[in-house]
Amino acid sequence: MAIELNGKTYDTDEEGYLADLSQWDEDIAAEMARLDDAELTSAHWEVMNFLREYYEEYQIAPAVRVLTKAIGKKLGKDKGNSKYLYELFPYGPAKQACKYSGLPKPTGCV
Amino acid sequence: MSTIKKFFYVNRKAPYGTVYALESLEVVLIGAAFEQDVTLAFIDDGVYQLMKNQSTAGIGMKNFSPTYKALGDYDVTKLYVEKESLEARGLTIDDLMDLKWEDEDDDWAENDSIRVVTSAELADIMSEQDVVLSF
Repeated sequence: MAIELNGKTYDTDEEGYLADLSQWDEDIAAEMARLDDAELTSAHWEVMNFLREYYEEYQIAPAVRVLTKAIGKKLGKDKGNSKYLYELFPYGPAKQACKYSGLPKPTGCV
Repeated sequence: MSTIKKFFYVNRKAPYGTVYALESLEVVLIGAAFEQDVTLAFIDDGVYQLMKNQSTAGIGMKNFSPTYKALGDYDVTKLYVEKESLEARGLTIDDLMDLKWEDEDDDWAENDSIRVVTSAELADIMSEQDVVLSF
């Protein structure tokens, strides 16, 4: 599978994750969200930027439980809970947010 | 509620050259994501998995050692390194990564994850486990 955007081709796997993580940019993130009928707000970006930093540091996409705990530590308890994260990413916070962030599917993911 | 089992992962091989170390780490992360009680042991060449300052530039493989630093986030806080294996390789705990876990219930206080134990102590720890997996 592939997504065409601005004259560029982004190869994806069967679940829509980018095949080449280095191809990621903010435009493709917004386009992947649009294809899911979602729109990225600053609240989404806050979580996605966190995920990208986490991946940069640890070389893995965190499982949802780990993400929730870490977001709680960094951004406060009002954001570090499943309700808040599922409202932003109804298809599963780790899975959907990782997809838009250009990261691989999380290990042991929800 | 599902029952929590005590999983014990024995790591015996050097990090690169075979896929055992990486596969073990992935299984550990998956097990921990399902909230099992996870303990890791590093013996023989397995102690090299925890070495500081790993560089894989010369062998063209991904350096996955930063991922060990994420274990604390997964509540994997018990990493036992066998004293005899370290000594046989001329290593001390100072040659290993400084792995920490943060206690959420204690204002995120940092605690050491790695503990050096003797072969006899490790045998006692192993005997308390429900499931032992060797890599």
